[in-house]
Amino acid sequence: MTLSGTYVLRRVLIALPSLLGISLVLFTVLALAPGDPFGDIVSNPNIPAEVAANLRKKFGMDDPVMVRYFRWLLAMLQGDWGFSFASRINVDTLILQRLPTTLLVVGSSQILALLIALPVGVYAATRPYSLFDQIANTLTFVGFSLPTFFTGLMLILVFSIQLDWLPFVYRADIASTGWHFYWDHLKQTIMPVTVLALFQAASWTRYVRSAALDVVKLDYVTTARSKGLKESVVVLKHVVRNAMIPVVTLVALQVPAIFGGAIVTEQIFRVPGIGSLLISAILANDTPVIMAVTFVFSCLVISFNLLADILYAWLDPRIALS
Amino acid sequence: MATSLSPNTADSVAEAARPKPISLAQDIWRRFKRHRLALIGMVILIVIVVGVIIGPWLWTVPINEIDFGSRLKPPSAAHPFGTDDLGQDLLARMLYGGRISMAVGIAAMLIAIVVGTIVGSIAGMSRGIVDTALMWMTDLFLSLPQLPLLLLIIYLFRDSLKKIVGPEVGVFVMVVVVIGGFRWMPVARLVRAQFLSLREKEFVEAARALGASRTRQVARHILPNALGPVIVAGTIDVAAAIIAESTLSFLGLGFPPDIPTWGRMLFDAKDYLDIAPYWALFPGMLIFLTVLSINYIGDGLRDALDPRRVLG
Repeated sequence: MTLSGTYVLRRVLIALPSLLGISLVLFTVLALAPGDPFGDIVSNPNIPAEVAANLRKKFGMDDPVMVRYFRWLLAMLQGDWGFSFASRINVDTLILQRLPTTLLVVGSSQILALLIALPVGVYAATRPYSLFDQIANTLTFVGFSLPTFFTGLMLILVFSIQLDWLPFVYRADIASTGWHFYWDHLKQTIMPVTVLALFQAASWTRYVRSAALDVVKLDYVTTARSKGLKESVVVLKHVVRNAMIPVVTLVALQVPAIFGGAIVTEQIFRVPGIGSLLISAILANDTPVIMAVTFVFSCLVISFNLLADILYAWLDPRIALS
Repeated sequence: MATSLSPNTADSVAEAARPKPISLAQDIWRRFKRHRLALIGMVILIVIVVGVIIGPWLWTVPINEIDFGSRLKPPSAAHPFGTDDLGQDLLARMLYGGRISMAVGIAAMLIAIVVGTIVGSIAGMSRGIVDTALMWMTDLFLSLPQLPLLLLIIYLFRDSLKKIVGPEVGVFVMVVVVIGGFRWMPVARLVRAQFLSLREKEFVEAARALGASRTRQVARHILPNALGPVIVAGTIDVAAAIIAESTLSFLGLGFPPDIPTWGRMLFDAKDYLDIAPYWALFPGMLIFLTVLSINYIGDGLRDALDPRRVLG
């Protein structure tokens, strides 16, 4: 049951080249892009040509691509992420301010999605083709066909405009104190979290159902039943754990989509996370912030995949041994 | 067991009474028809596709006729789906936007399956280092954060492409290439997995023994048998590409503001939700219906194209 440290270390070492690969992709995109981050300076008549040339030299714009890549990578690793043109502060400070909100919203929506998908999927699999299964199946199709931006607008329309129950703008600075503070926080988190959770829950329910359906038919489950175990014990202790193994793989493949959904949701509800930071940076042509946020998203995806790998080995100990 | 048994028993019973052999296409259609929701989805999708293709000829109200006298009007006889904040007719704009969504969806899907099939075939036919390298690349692409990168690429390349081929074509090409370029990985994995099992099958071995070249083995024997899952993945990719394009437009970073796409209409409508909810509802419902129909068709095709599934 215990997870060996060597396995975890090996997975971490495998994740590092992917991170390097992603940084290479990012840098290639930036290097291939036409236009010059110093274009404004060069075309600005108030800046003499030799000053512009000196600036280029200082930032090493004329060096070979490989040299520039390694210098950029080294700077990123040292936490020197540049300076935001639009916000007038260091990019890493800006991102660190915004990151906790994103992680809070994404994290709680994933937990909510799991709380929906796991029971519904397993229950549907134990009663395949029943009325419950058919309704759940239809709802999952509806769930992952509804784009997150449309669900978000619909929730705002119903719960903010029609019913006036929930605020539709997320505020980081809530004036109230005491339990009111937590209540207001909870109220403004409900809609963004729900939007993300519903979308994820829909596809996860399908995965859980089909994985559990495969496991339910296996002989060891019949054995467990014929031993006289209670149905709840059979399902919870014997079916669910093994059904989770393929689900973890599929969920890991979905991680990039989760963060994509987070960008849209943050934009709709004006959640001050790194997703809305990315959009506002793009609209403000703030290249250092755009690069850094994209890199942070890549790191998040890689670390969640790593987490999935470790979870996978915990669920299926054979993996760690091979 | 079941797969090999049931045709035999069916043969012996119906040998004399069998009318005429049915073709592969007929068989697929017969299987597809059994999926009721897929059939309904197909009808809805056909209505939407025919609507956006011939609709603009029947409903000839221009998409950009600004009329401040009738701004933000709810649905009426003159404007069946209402008007936006500039008094532009929403039905005409939705029909036009539908053409773009469909075109983006299909073009991005084609890119995804062509690239995916090529990468998957090469990886599946070659062993060793080429296979490993291609699969490492596929896994790398799978773990890229797609939407942020999509936004980054559009941000960096938007202006120069516009200069070369004009705003509409430039954005269309870029959106299609970028969306398609981030969706080929599942297809590549599917094709490779199919190739790995198919190339060891007896009929391929027979072709090899008869002296078929590698190209012929792939083109005549392996690829046609690997296409089933690719078609299913391609169908679902159309839906995913439509959502991706709408998401970009919704974030205000897709097509230019004067081109009405479904996502762009939602982007414009989101500030008027309290006074003109229909403005967001109609395009949103249209995206939802289109995507839902395509997903159900994909589900139906998955059942229909799986030869191991025996019809009861």
